[in-house]
Amino acid sequence: MSLLELRDESAGYNGKEILSGLNARIDPGERIALVGESGAGKSTLLRLFYERLGAKAALMPQDAALVQALTVFHNVYMGRLHQRSVWRNLRNLVLPARDDVEDVRKVLVPLRLEEKMFSGVGQLSGGQYQRTALARALFHTGDIIVADEPVSSVDEHQAREILETMNAQKNTVLLAMHDRALAIEFADRIIGMKDGRIVMDRKSAGMTPGDLDGLYLNGGA
Amino acid sequence: MTDRRDPSPLARTTSGFLFVAIVCLVFADIAISTVDPWREFGLLLEGIVTPDFYSTDSLALALGYTLAFALLGVALANVVGFGLALLFHRRAVRVGCAFIRAIHELFWALIFLQLFGLSPLTGVLAIAIPYSGIIAKVYAEILEEADQRPLSAVPVGSGRASVFLFVRLPDAWAHFRNYSMYRLECGLRSSAVLGFIGLPTLGFHLESAFKQGQYSDVSALLILFYLIIATMRIWMKKPLLPVYLAGAAIILPWSVAFSWSNILRFLTVDIVPYPLRVGGDGSLAAFGDWLALLLFDQAWPGVVATVQLTMIALVATGFLTLIFFPLISPLLLGRAARTGGHTFLVIARSTPEYILAFILLNLWGPSMLPAIVALSLHNAAIIGHLIGRYTETVQLRLDAVKGANRYFYEVLPRVYRPLLALLFYRWEVILRETAILGILGIATLGFYVDSAFADLRFDRALLLILITAMLNICVDAISRSIRSRLRLQTTLEQR
Repeated sequence: MSLLELRDESAGYNGKEILSGLNARIDPGERIALVGESGAGKSTLLRLFYERLGAKAALMPQDAALVQALTVFHNVYMGRLHQRSVWRNLRNLVLPARDDVEDVRKVLVPLRLEEKMFSGVGQLSGGQYQRTALARALFHTGDIIVADEPVSSVDEHQAREILETMNAQKNTVLLAMHDRALAIEFADRIIGMKDGRIVMDRKSAGMTPGDLDGLYLNGGA
Repeated sequence: MTDRRDPSPLARTTSGFLFVAIVCLVFADIAISTVDPWREFGLLLEGIVTPDFYSTDSLALALGYTLAFALLGVALANVVGFGLALLFHRRAVRVGCAFIRAIHELFWALIFLQLFGLSPLTGVLAIAIPYSGIIAKVYAEILEEADQRPLSAVPVGSGRASVFLFVRLPDAWAHFRNYSMYRLECGLRSSAVLGFIGLPTLGFHLESAFKQGQYSDVSALLILFYLIIATMRIWMKKPLLPVYLAGAAIILPWSVAFSWSNILRFLTVDIVPYPLRVGGDGSLAAFGDWLALLLFDQAWPGVVATVQLTMIALVATGFLTLIFFPLISPLLLGRAARTGGHTFLVIARSTPEYILAFILLNLWGPSMLPAIVALSLHNAAIIGHLIGRYTETVQLRLDAVKGANRYFYEVLPRVYRPLLALLFYRWEVILRETAILGILGIATLGFYVDSAFADLRFDRALLLILITAMLNICVDAISRSIRSRLRLQTTLEQR
């Protein structure tokens, strides 16, 4: 039973078609990385996946998209906003409930964010900021994560930590990545995109970054 | 061969407004009619430096009432305005808010005086109603400009209310808080001015002290008022707000009764145009005469004088701003000189223009001059403060020129656009104030409104207020179109 299947479909923004002729099937437990030049359509395809998956999936958008005025706790808590009543949400906004604080703490501890739980996200370092966005996605109860360039703004050490945590905690992982080496290392399937089309779709086992050159060279195959 | 370029749209707009203002000024009465204005001014100065804090025993109560009306009015306006901001996508709400904020709080107070007499309800509602309209508009803009990106990360299936609470409200909240503080400052000024039409606030005592030439009392009243405004950020703390509101509600004299039959009569009889009220044969023709007389004898000259004074005051404000903002700009002045500049601008912008006009009118006699000076001083101090603060963020290169050359080549070109943006933003505010200064005896629309109220001709008063509101809405629309054509924008902090 597949999670989703695209058959000769198209996608775009505001009625403008950006991607066309899309064919792909995603099964539970897969770890897929979308690679390609910027503008090739990775984000648009990822967004299409996310829309199809609905509440089963947590999204980590490209710019982390935290609410600046709120604390780490509140931003992470938002991962379960859809599962609680408005009253519960309102109460937690004003005065966080103890069991929700404990639940959030469990996600924050392995990400080394526990001490920052009640700090505003504006005071975080770049790595902490990105890990908070990850924590929000992990707090989401779905076992799928859809992440658009989740490690583009952190150093390689932090990038590995984030990708490892993602792989360990979520069953299905869908990523858009511009770092080819990390994509091959952490995903078991690579979808290559060029000019709004899927031009490659294969297992990553045995692949080297050089195998992806065709996606990046101008006018190349 | 000379190379002539077309003037920029900015230069064309500036010279257009300058031309209009000069034409208006040519036809304006700006004579000083008092016999010896300088002697009176000397007495005033003498009073200013010898404030007497003990002469009026009701001073504390006057300040208490001033604070109470402002706190309750602004608090109520915040709640209502916030609710309206959430519905601001509806056209009816937008139009309704434009209408209620187009009517000055003094006009609202004149109306409510007829309904509730001197009950505290008059003062609270007079502030709360127009402020609700203003706050709704500003809060709606803040919510619109809030960071929308976190919306994408919200889990699918989250309720609208929850998403609003967690994503849109938190970032807007800090802006709401800042803006509320600014509104409270405006509320204090409005509240003080309400005294001029009989409410027991600061303006009431100011007017009587002034009329009796007790300038030391005037000085004491004004100094205490400045202190309250200047220390607002110290005493206005969130946990204390309920205490203040409760205190405000307790000290106001709610026992002042008002009669329901009075209210009913005002709403159903008094405001109906007189010929229609009387009825009978030919009442429609009589109504035509009534309307024509009102429009040609009062509304038209009132509108002309209001627009004339507004245009002069607007351009004068622009000129004064060019002089005022350097007073606090680190690019142009040293620290010591700037301290003096700050003090001057705080006093000039904390004094309500109505009080300033009242003082000048007493010194110089009735003409447009006191109004022009009062309006431009007050508004130029506000815009000059914002522009001066803006120059703090400007980085000049190390070898930038100094002195006048720096002002004209480095600073002015950088601040001119934001300066015009703020000026056009305040155009509507200046018009509202101009109309209201009529109550002091300058022949703008407020003069005719006030006379109609004094003659108990409420039907006329209401129609004239409606015309004033329409004029305001027109100017607001023109200002908005000029700002969007010239791409002039104000930031959130500057509204």
